[in-house]
Amino acid sequence: MSDINSQRRQFLKTSLGAAAVAIAPGMLLFDTAHGKTEAASSKVRWGMLVDTTQCKQGCNDCVTACNKENGLSGGTKATDSQWIRKIEIKDIGSGIETSLPMMCQHCEHPPCVDVCPTTASFKRADGIVLVDRHRCIGCRYCMMACPYKARSFVHEELFDQKPDVPRGKGTVEACNMCVHRIDNGQLPACAEACQNKAILFGDLNDANSEIAKKIHSVASVQIRADLRLNPGIRYQGI
Amino acid sequence: MADLSLATLRSKNRLYYVLLAAGGLVALAGLYAVHMMESHGHIITGMNNQIVWGMPHVFAIFLIVAASGVLNVASIGSVFGKAMYKARAPLAGLLSIAMLGGGLTVLMLDLGRPDRLMVAATNYNLTSVFAWNVVLYSGMFSLTAVYLWTMMERRMYPFSKVAGLGVFVWRFVLTTGTGMIFAFLTARQAYGSALLPPMFIVLSFAWGLAVFHVVQAAIYAWNEKTVDPEILRRKKNLLGVFVVGSLYMVATYHFVNMYFAHQQDFELFILRDGGVFPNLFWWGYIVVGNLLPLLLIYAPGLGKTKCVMTASMLVVLGAFALLYVFIIGGQAFPLNIFPGYQVSSTFADGQITAYHPSLYEVLLGFGGLAIAFIITTVSVRVLNFMPQDKPYIPD
Repeated sequence: MSDINSQRRQFLKTSLGAAAVAIAPGMLLFDTAHGKTEAASSKVRWGMLVDTTQCKQGCNDCVTACNKENGLSGGTKATDSQWIRKIEIKDIGSGIETSLPMMCQHCEHPPCVDVCPTTASFKRADGIVLVDRHRCIGCRYCMMACPYKARSFVHEELFDQKPDVPRGKGTVEACNMCVHRIDNGQLPACAEACQNKAILFGDLNDANSEIAKKIHSVASVQIRADLRLNPGIRYQGI
Repeated sequence: MADLSLATLRSKNRLYYVLLAAGGLVALAGLYAVHMMESHGHIITGMNNQIVWGMPHVFAIFLIVAASGVLNVASIGSVFGKAMYKARAPLAGLLSIAMLGGGLTVLMLDLGRPDRLMVAATNYNLTSVFAWNVVLYSGMFSLTAVYLWTMMERRMYPFSKVAGLGVFVWRFVLTTGTGMIFAFLTARQAYGSALLPPMFIVLSFAWGLAVFHVVQAAIYAWNEKTVDPEILRRKKNLLGVFVVGSLYMVATYHFVNMYFAHQQDFELFILRDGGVFPNLFWWGYIVVGNLLPLLLIYAPGLGKTKCVMTASMLVVLGAFALLYVFIIGGQAFPLNIFPGYQVSSTFADGQITAYHPSLYEVLLGFGGLAIAFIITTVSVRVLNFMPQDKPYIPD
């Protein structure tokens, strides 16, 4: 074998070794960060049933839990992000007052997804509506289109973000149903935090799930059902 | 005599650079506003989570709508063969490109992430009217540029009619697209109406022609010429018809809304109770933007050059008033999430939102106007956009 050939082989071997050493930690980190590799399944449709009769006026536990879980400031200025908020409603005819949490309704036909020019707004196979923060150009058209005013725009620099919930100045964001928790088999933070168990979370497609059974047995409505967006969040008691 | 004309030329030259510098300064101020908005975020604007589109959108939409409407002058010339308008088609094409450029710049620089322009260019959502508009706007630029070429290059003359027809069709689709941005907002009381695309088209006619009149008058003054009274008479009548037409569309839109019980609160807000909005609507749009211009155009004894100029400028002012009411007022009124209920929350549900535009937004808007101004000024200087009228023969 010529000297040049053996030198070349040696060089290739060293290069390969160096490349492996360089890539391996990244691969390992990538794997650790992602945890599960299987994709969301379209057999599942995640949803919630909110029992407004159990939702107490003045209680803000779901909002606080959401803010803590997702690293929101909790501020209520017009420019602050609010992924979930408590709304007090009063029937004009009967005067009956009800308190309920309002967040992204995770529609089957989400207008935000329809209007987004860059497909940054998208619906996951399991029905969760999300914003890809790397694709959002901050045009806010989705905020104009959302019938529930569920979305917020990040108006200023953010600090101390949660590793599981990346956010960014100049992009739009909303309730993501705590997708990182769902993928880990946990409940969304708001559902877990509610002391009265007013928020029931589960798979709407699974006939044996608690939520599916309850939807069959109690009267519940979707907000602005007239728009036919088929939201994944239903409300009981209004 | 030779000295005198040289002196005039020199002073004109100086004026040109002064105009350019003034435009440049305003554009620079706009860029400064963009820089501030980029580094601090939209927190320094008056926009918030309720009024998500603000002053920049008022300017941008005016420029884009007027950019489409100004081409009317060209269409009447190229498509319908009217000589008087044909002579003005190149200037109309130039103004269209200039205003489209200014409007799109404002729209783009107001984005939360304008640095992601490449993302917008490479990820199309086929169901998004915004994405359609990206195609429509860039197509408009190219088509109008080709159209200008066919009109200004002798060898291309035979193609100018086809190009003119292309532009004619394209701009209808484009303004339809602009109207659809709002028409597709199903849940908003102010928008979500199929009337909006045609309304925007008719508005574009009036606004575009008004801008054209102002620029044409400036160019004639620059060249120390006056517009032939007969030409002025016909063009002012056309402006009058467009103003009446747009007033009709706006009135119909509000009248239909008034008829629906579920829309009455919104209409009362815009037309009577909403403070700045009814004031801007009635005084700004109806009186300044429509009635006064119509008076200046049609009243016996009026309708001379200065009247038409003033009328055109008032139409432009009225346009801004209407867009402010339409865009900001439409968002200030609370979204009706629970029909039949009184609602309140920490997120301004059930409340009318106040909006105070910040200086940065206004600077950005004027920056867009400045860009249109610079493109026009430079082009008019380096190329021949002065309308060349043949002796007037009625068509």
